[in-house]
Amino acid sequence: MWTWLHKLGSPKIFYNLANKLIPWFGWGALLLIIYGLYGGLIQAPADYQQGDSFRIMYVHVPAAWMSMFIYMVIAISSAVFLIWKIKLADIIARASAPIGASFTFLALVTGSLWGKHMWGTFWIWDARLTSELLLLFIYLGYIGLGSAIEDRRVAARACALLAIVCVVVIPIIHYSVTWWNTLHQGSSVSIMDKSSIDSSMLIPLLVMAIAFKLFYGAVVLIRARSDLLFQERKTNWVKEVLANE
Amino acid sequence: MSDFFHMGGYAFYVWLSYGLTAVILIANVIIPVARDKQVKRDLMMRVVRESAKESGKENNHASSS
Repeated sequence: MWTWLHKLGSPKIFYNLANKLIPWFGWGALLLIIYGLYGGLIQAPADYQQGDSFRIMYVHVPAAWMSMFIYMVIAISSAVFLIWKIKLADIIARASAPIGASFTFLALVTGSLWGKHMWGTFWIWDARLTSELLLLFIYLGYIGLGSAIEDRRVAARACALLAIVCVVVIPIIHYSVTWWNTLHQGSSVSIMDKSSIDSSMLIPLLVMAIAFKLFYGAVVLIRARSDLLFQERKTNWVKEVLANE
Repeated sequence: MSDFFHMGGYAFYVWLSYGLTAVILIANVIIPVARDKQVKRDLMMRVVRESAKESGKENNHASSS
């Protein structure tokens, strides 16, 4: 296990693995998105309360889940980076941030389009919405901090610390609908209990959620791969890679 | 079919959401792919420059390779 992890930390092995994984993740994501769109837009019946507007859920909910999932990846990678000084962990964390920020933005905008119809307003300072907006600002602050510091090593430590401190926002977002009496509805999908949503509506949602995760996997590896090449530009393995291009 | 595009009267909100999702997903592919190409091109030029410098130092030996 440890030797395996150690090997994965080696830039060259990671680079080759990323090359192999990117097409699988990318094409997998595309297939699942097509299936999810078919299931969500055509197959699933209209909601008895919300009509067809509930179909926004199929992009809103996976985007919101991704906003938190990607932040957790950043926080965990940051901890790994600070503890074991694995440079690759910093690369993964920093490459994830723009993707996470864009999913957070997407969750907020699709949520407000959905809210306009269901609640009659684009925006309300509800606990769930406010904490998700805070997450967007954390992402932007994280990206800003990273690009403001010239020295890559100093930037990596500062970003990692910021990411770990701000991880407290994630449980706040998750439990905001239970802790406070919010306008945003509670969770309809649960791992522990039976989900309170019919399977014809639920399956496309889960398919889209997996599709978004694979999509993130593909694009974060593309970003990490170029960062890695640039950072290791003076090493022989990069020269070999370039020679084979 | 027109029912499908009409989305029970919610067409504008539903399609705007899906359109924005498409834009964000596509941007998330195009930007890193372009950057990947850019980085590879820059590094390749760097390698070419360095090898040119080295062969300059070695004078006539460069022609043998």
